[in-house]
Formats: sequence, structure tokens, C-alpha cells
Amino acid sequence: MGADGKLDVDLDSQKYIKVWQGPNHPGVTGNMSLELTISGDEVVDAKTHVGYLHRGFEKLFERRKYIQCFPTCIRMCVPEADSNEYCLATGTEELGGIEIPDMAKWLRMLALEMARLQALLRIVPGQGGTMGLGIGVQWGLYVRELILDRFEELTGGRIYHMYILPGGVRGLLPDGFAARMEDNLKKADQFVKDIQDLMYNNAVFKKRTNGIGYIDPSWVDSFGIVGPVARAAGVKRDVRLDYPYLHYDKLEFDYNIETGSDIYARSMVRLKDLKTTIDLIRQILAKMPDKGDIKASTPNVLHWKIPKGETYVKSESSRGEYGFYMVADGSEFPRRINLRGPSYTHAVPLLEKLLINANISDVSSIMVSLGTCPPEIER
Amino acid sequence: MKKIVENIKTRFKVSDVIHQRENMTFVTTGKESAIPLITWLRDYEGFSHFILLSTVDWNEDGFFQLTYLLNNPVKKVDLGIRTFILRKNAEMTSAHHLWEQVATYQREIKEMFGINFPGSPRVDESFLLEGWDDVPPMRREFDTKEYSEKTFFPRPGRESNDPATYMKSKLYPNEEK
Repeated sequence: MGADGKLDVDLDSQKYIKVWQGPNHPGVTGNMSLELTISGDEVVDAKTHVGYLHRGFEKLFERRKYIQCFPTCIRMCVPEADSNEYCLATGTEELGGIEIPDMAKWLRMLALEMARLQALLRIVPGQGGTMGLGIGVQWGLYVRELILDRFEELTGGRIYHMYILPGGVRGLLPDGFAARMEDNLKKADQFVKDIQDLMYNNAVFKKRTNGIGYIDPSWVDSFGIVGPVARAAGVKRDVRLDYPYLHYDKLEFDYNIETGSDIYARSMVRLKDLKTTIDLIRQILAKMPDKGDIKASTPNVLHWKIPKGETYVKSESSRGEYGFYMVADGSEFPRRINLRGPSYTHAVPLLEKLLINANISDVSSIMVSLGTCPPEIER
Repeated sequence: MKKIVENIKTRFKVSDVIHQRENMTFVTTGKESAIPLITWLRDYEGFSHFILLSTVDWNEDGFFQLTYLLNNPVKKVDLGIRTFILRKNAEMTSAHHLWEQVATYQREIKEMFGINFPGSPRVDESFLLEGWDDVPPMRREFDTKEYSEKTFFPRPGRESNDPATYMKSKLYPNEEK
């Protein structure tokens, strides 16, 4: 130990080696590097290196009109692009003094839950994928493709949708959409049963996730932990329930909680989230009106000067609190748009701490269990 | 939320109180009192969740705005603490001792805006950019287009359009210029 309490690593002693994991990513995260110092098969020091997906989005926003920011913002987290659309649209509406119609709120909520469903269909089996359990990933991606079919039907796009825009949404549900979605949801129900048998009841999966990557519940506040990672530590955090937006207060659901606070608990929370999301989509389709205005009147978006002001808007993504801090200076261009994504705290300070004393074979499992998504760190 | 702001006012000098929403308020305070204020909010008012630290460059006025966004998970309210520092002497007291993730925000801000946070862990290590030797890129005076033209070779045959003009000509071809 050095005077600063940190480990003195002498690579020439042959007790330690440096291993770089990445920037190729281990499955479902995204490109980032981990600089690992290894002793035997134990990690003794870890540093995250991001920047491989930095495209300067927040800088670009300052040179673009609000509406021109939409095609850019959705790329800040590819697996769940709709949270970006929602936050940017809601922040613009709040600063611009626009109230959206009731029908648009239902449709936004549907799009956000569909986005959560397709994201969870990747990450739930993806956790097993980090341990070589690849078949679950194939099953999940099959059902995800079906949900992307519905997205294509609703919005014209599969991954990036551009459906939520300032003032409302771009279109009503196509005829027969609810019935086709119900068919897909039945497949998702079956996937939930299958993945429980395949992954959650698998002895190897249990052995490699129970007690691994433990997060002390007291770290939730000190590290800014949100979403499923906080809920797996027994802490109730869900923006949809804590700060109800759109019509979430009209839906019936509760916090999905576990107390193990290890990889298994986080996987279990995500599985419960998956079941909840399937149920929420059914509730939304049953409760939403058939018709209604879908877009409020807005000024010409190419000449829209947003009054001076600032706000922070947030939503619950599949990975937790996802927010935009927005500052307007009275011009047609945003002064500042700053994304707060869960990975900023989960995948940098928290991951670096969790990897200490971890076995090198568990590194990618821990990384995936935190919901790592590097583009939202780099923006 | 108003009660919390009244409590703040009894201990700290704050101005420009804006109740943005029922559960979201912004206040401005001086550079010297910003860190004591957020420490007090964390320890005595239950703002235990640190959402983010953000910077806004008001280059025409010669200031950087630092915004510390805090959340009280029990009362379910958000509070933004704004403080302004001179661009000429871009330095701020570090808050890394309050929440673990603050050091990461400060490290990024040092790289992107050139604001120093003395004592903050790894603040001088590059975060996203390796070997950057130009103006900190998130400062308003840094021109991305000019940098690209200066740094990268133009591709022959490539046509560029001003996005706003091009979009307008496509969407509203009959509208007067």
C-alpha cells in the first residue's frame, strides 16, 4: 500500500499484469475500455476509459435549432432511443409553454413502454450471454424483432423512431395495431417463462451471479445509483411512480424490489420489470381513447424562439432515471442541453469500485448488470 | 418547496429563485457559498441524491454557470443550485467529497470547459479526449466546423448545405426567404 492508501503496483515484480478489456464490448453494452490490473485472476485495480463513441452531440445541439436536435439526440443511447425524444420534447414544451393533448400523452406512454420492452428483451437474456449462455439472447432478440415490427408500423422506423416531437406525436395507431401487439405480447409472456427455466433456474447462472457484484444499499445515494440497480438493493426508485408524468398515475403497477443487491438480484428486478412492462402495454391499449388530437399547435419549428429559462426533465428508462437539463437563452438555438444518463454514475465510479477484488471472468457480467451504455456517458 | 427555499434564505444568500414546476426549483448563490449550501442541503434538508453537475458558457458576459442539480427522494423535489464564475479565472471549489460521482463530472468539465477543480481526484486525467491541445471544445468560442476544416482533408465531390436553409427549402419551398 502507498501513502495514499492505494495499492502500489509494480508491474516488473511479475505479480501483476495489465489487461485491457475492450473497446470491443462484451455483448450488449457498447464500446468502452476497462484498464484492469490483475493479480492471478483477481482484479486489483480498474479504470474505465470512455470516448470511443464520443460524437459531440451536446456541442452540436448548440448550433442547431431545437427541431434539428431530434435526429441527433436519439443516438445518445441506441438501445432505448425514445427516452431521448421524450425528454427533449418535454423540455422544449415546458420552456416554450406548450401543453400537449391527452391522446398524445397516451401514445407517448405506449412508445416509451414499447421501447422499455424491446430494451429489456436484450438486456435480460444478455446477462446470461456474458457467461456463454447465448441461446436466451437469440430467443430474446426474436421477440424484440416482433416489437420492432410494431414500432415500424407505428412510426416508420425500427430502432430510431422520431415519433415524439414537440407538441405531441406523429401519428395515431394503425388499424388492428392492438390485436397484433397482443399476439406479440403473448410471445413475450412465453419468453418470460422460457428464460426463467433456461437462465434463472440454471445452477451455473445462479452460482456465477449470487453474491457477485454486491452493492451496499448505502451506496445508492453516495454513488447516485438509480433504476433497477437501486431497486435490486431494496431502494424504491422509479421515476414513473415517484414523479408521475404523462398518464402513469392512471396505470396500476408497483416498484419491483429485490434485496440481494448482487447480479442475480439485478437480473431478477429486470425480469420483473419485463413482466410489468408487458402488463403496462396491455393496460395502456385498454385504457387509451380511440381518437383525439395528437399534436398541439406550435410555432413554426424553424423559427421557434424559446424564451429564456432552464429546466430538468426526467423519465424512467429501462436502466433508470434518464434526464435532460436544458437551458434556453431566448434564441432559436438551445444554449445548453445536458444529458444525465444512468451509466454516467453506474459505469464509471461505481463500476471502478465494484471491479476491485472481482474475478476477471466476472468483469463483463458486472458491467452488464449495471446497465452500461457508453454513448450516454460520452454524448 | 417554498419552505425549503425559506430555510435556505435564513442561512445563505440566494437570489433569482425560480419555481419552475411544483417539484423543481432553481436558486442562484455566490461562488463561495455554493459548496457550503449543497453540503447543508445534503446533510439537513434530505437532498441525498446528486443528479448532475452541468456547465453553461455565457461567453458574451464573461461567465460560466455551474448548476448543481440535487434531489430529495423523500419529499420528491429537485433543486438546482446555480453559481457563476469568471471565465478569466475558471476555477471552482471541488465537491468530490460529498458524492462519489462528482469527481467524474468535474473531470469532464475540466476537459470540456477548462474549469479547474483543485484537489478533485484524477481531475487532470483525460476523460474522453486523448492528446487534446486546442481550446476546451465545449467553450462557445470553439468552432467545430472550423476545426474540422482545419484538421481533416476535404473529400472531392462532397456537397455541403447549411442545415437550416436546406431543411426550410425542403419543407417550406413556397415560404418567403
